[in-house]
Amino acid sequence: MTATAKYWRIALGIAVIAALIIVPMNFNRYGLYILSQWAVMTIAAMGLNLTLGYAGQVSLAQGAFVGIGAYAAAIMTTQGMPLIAALGVAVVLCFAIGWILGYPALRVQHHYLAFVTLAFSTLAFLVFRNEDWLTKGIYGISNIPRPNVMGFATNRPLPFYYFCLGSLGIVSLAMWWLIRSPWGRAFVALRENPVRALSLGIDTRRYTLMAFAIGSALGGVAGTLYAPLTQYIDPVPFNLSLSLDLLMMVIVGGSGFFFGPFLGAAIAVLLPEWLRFTQGYYLMLYAVAVMLLLIYSPTGILGILDRYLAERRTKAASALRAVAKSRLETAP
Amino acid sequence: MSNLLDLLVAGLATGAIYALVAVGFTLLWQTSQTINFAQGEFVMLPAFLMLAAMHAGAPFWLAIILGILLSMLLLGLAFKLLLVDPMLRHGVLPLAIATMALAIGMKEAVKQFFSAEASPFPSIVPAGDVTVLGRVISLQSLGVLALAIAVVVGLTLLLNRTSIGHQMQATAQNPTVARIIGVPVERMILLTFLINAFLVALASLLITPIYLAKFSSGEVLGQAAFIAAIVGGFNQVRGAIAGGLLIGVVDNLAAAYVSTQYRAAVPLALLIVIILFRPQGLLGRPEERTV
Amino acid sequence: MTAVLEVSNVKKSFGGIKAVDGVSFDVQEGEILGLIGPNGCGKSTLFNCILGQLTPTDGEVKVDGKIVTGLRPSELNRLGVSRTFQLLQVFPKLSVRENLILAGQEHQGNMMSRLFGPSDAGLSAAADQMIGFFKLDHLATEAAGGLSYGQQKLLDAAMAFMGGPRLVLLDEPAGGVNLTMLGDLKERLAAINREKRATFVVIEHNMEFVMSLCTRVMVMAEGRMLAMGTPSEVRANPAVIEAYLGH
Repeated sequence: MTATAKYWRIALGIAVIAALIIVPMNFNRYGLYILSQWAVMTIAAMGLNLTLGYAGQVSLAQGAFVGIGAYAAAIMTTQGMPLIAALGVAVVLCFAIGWILGYPALRVQHHYLAFVTLAFSTLAFLVFRNEDWLTKGIYGISNIPRPNVMGFATNRPLPFYYFCLGSLGIVSLAMWWLIRSPWGRAFVALRENPVRALSLGIDTRRYTLMAFAIGSALGGVAGTLYAPLTQYIDPVPFNLSLSLDLLMMVIVGGSGFFFGPFLGAAIAVLLPEWLRFTQGYYLMLYAVAVMLLLIYSPTGILGILDRYLAERRTKAASALRAVAKSRLETAP
Repeated sequence: MSNLLDLLVAGLATGAIYALVAVGFTLLWQTSQTINFAQGEFVMLPAFLMLAAMHAGAPFWLAIILGILLSMLLLGLAFKLLLVDPMLRHGVLPLAIATMALAIGMKEAVKQFFSAEASPFPSIVPAGDVTVLGRVISLQSLGVLALAIAVVVGLTLLLNRTSIGHQMQATAQNPTVARIIGVPVERMILLTFLINAFLVALASLLITPIYLAKFSSGEVLGQAAFIAAIVGGFNQVRGAIAGGLLIGVVDNLAAAYVSTQYRAAVPLALLIVIILFRPQGLLGRPEERTV
Repeated sequence: MTAVLEVSNVKKSFGGIKAVDGVSFDVQEGEILGLIGPNGCGKSTLFNCILGQLTPTDGEVKVDGKIVTGLRPSELNRLGVSRTFQLLQVFPKLSVRENLILAGQEHQGNMMSRLFGPSDAGLSAAADQMIGFFKLDHLATEAAGGLSYGQQKLLDAAMAFMGGPRLVLLDEPAGGVNLTMLGDLKERLAAINREKRATFVVIEHNMEFVMSLCTRVMVMAEGRMLAMGTPSEVRANPAVIEAYLGH
């Protein structure tokens, strides 16, 4: 892209980051809670975006992985272990489970991963609810402590929000680097044209499995932040609905676009809040809005932006071609 | 052994209802690549439509007819024209997500405009028990089973013995080829949507008296139908029927013999086993491997 | 000297239909073998059997002396066999350079090096060289979907060569390409054959293309080999003329 366009992009990025840091200083407790929730959900949605948007696989278990991470954090930190240890456990566990679930399911027709993750989602919920010796079942785990980050306590809303924002930043950088690497290129290939990808030597099964396992691990990361955010967890939020919500976030924001999850999570978390003034109707309005958006642009919001920019580019390109052509024709 | 007959009959009864819902689900998928995540809510709604009609003064039999017609209009015609048609050319997934949104919308609408509480619903089968082979079985179970079987048989006859049925099957198996041989594919697809609406309305009529009318009753039912369709064979109607019956029976047996806590896990375990070892479902046709 | 490609008595049936009915031939290094025949003669099926897209019902395929019958296309690719497609299969959203890097990245290193190594897998220079060779320089950063059909064909061919393959199978490379581009394509293929000692097998309907590019031509009809020889031999062969019936 042109130098000016790049300049504007960087400036916009800095402005947004600055806003995310400065503006919430004036927010009250509830506002900071919602914003932290957005950051946490974005991490989970980014994981799902990797699985769905880049590798083209539907996972209906992302909510369950968030739950695993949350319970790992809750159980371990209430026993006095540091959050970072829980993070390690969550990442390893979710990655391994993702691998185990994905390996046989990807041997067969590709939409069967969706079904296996659907089953796993509900099974995980049942385990959370029933194994009360570990999870305290329906009573839940309360008094989950907030972590000490490099000497700073995060008990107050604003420091914890910065902790979430920082985590989001680190995860985003890691994702950016993954997407830019040869792996990211392979992901795009296997999403766009698996047959061609195969003929170029790309082990589509291995890459798809890795995308799913990494995506699931990110769900676990989100979960380890979720537990200290709410400071109380029970099985209720970690059922199929959460997985479906995350799926909706990815698609509405724009599946396969890097910033899609940010947008999708914002809409899912913030829109119901803004619509609260409509009282009972806000979920209906949300549902209708989602349906209309998808009818208009199945590639989500960023899809609309992408189409607009692409049209401008093709118009510019064909204008250039027309000029070149007329020059050729008038040449001696 | 003595309990088994009860459980079996009750299981078959619920299973027959799951079968109705699963068949509609499978038909939608086969003919138009629509994965309807709102199918459970589609079963929840008609009962409320019928209740509304009765509140407006209609007698039960009229409310049933109105409910079914209205369902076919809303959940068949309107669903197809307003949501499915504009979205189909964009692929399977966006439409599936849109139906998820639709499910949320329907649940909230019913919760808002009707009630958040469970409402009772009259049964078309009289209450009471009957003695068969020395065992006492509820008339309700038998009645539901009989009705559901009748509908399933009727549907099977329609699909296998009538020319319209053959055309629908052709559309379901391969729309491109069907178009070439002169089948009015668009009309057949519309027909499947209307049939699905009819089936879910019927399922609603049969199941609501048992579990009461609540805005949230769609969730469990939708998932059960989904599992039934996959276990039975996602690309065959008779697979959906078999799957539905199987899930109904398994679910009921699990409730009795497995801890209530993990009862829901049994159909899911079955799902995983089927996917791993017989991915085309019990009665389905094997699809080609991708990777 | 082992042949790069040895096909021994390959057969492929679909139900009762014998698409390929016992074909055997060798291809030596540096050869350009043309594969022609009337529609339905089995050339595409034979191609797919060699490439692992289909498993032969009988017979054997060897590449550089190694038996490769029934291996998956990705495995064959890593053994040095690549292909171009009749229906264009470039990645439209990636740039030309990215398409080429993608085509080459799986041929070196391993999964870990691809994750933690440089983002271009060290292939930028090789990709640029290929871009220069196929004269696509001004399009290096353009999205592949925006190229003209002929340019995409060149890119497709370039991608097939990125991995430094031993054997390239080209599926109707001239299809739908205009005359000027065709000349370029032929010239580039001939150049790469000379410079890299790459071996080709080309399916084509465009007679002029085949006859002027290929060192040997094989004619198929009804699943079997009808003739094999230099272009002029084949052109004069009465059986071939009859098979094409005045083509």
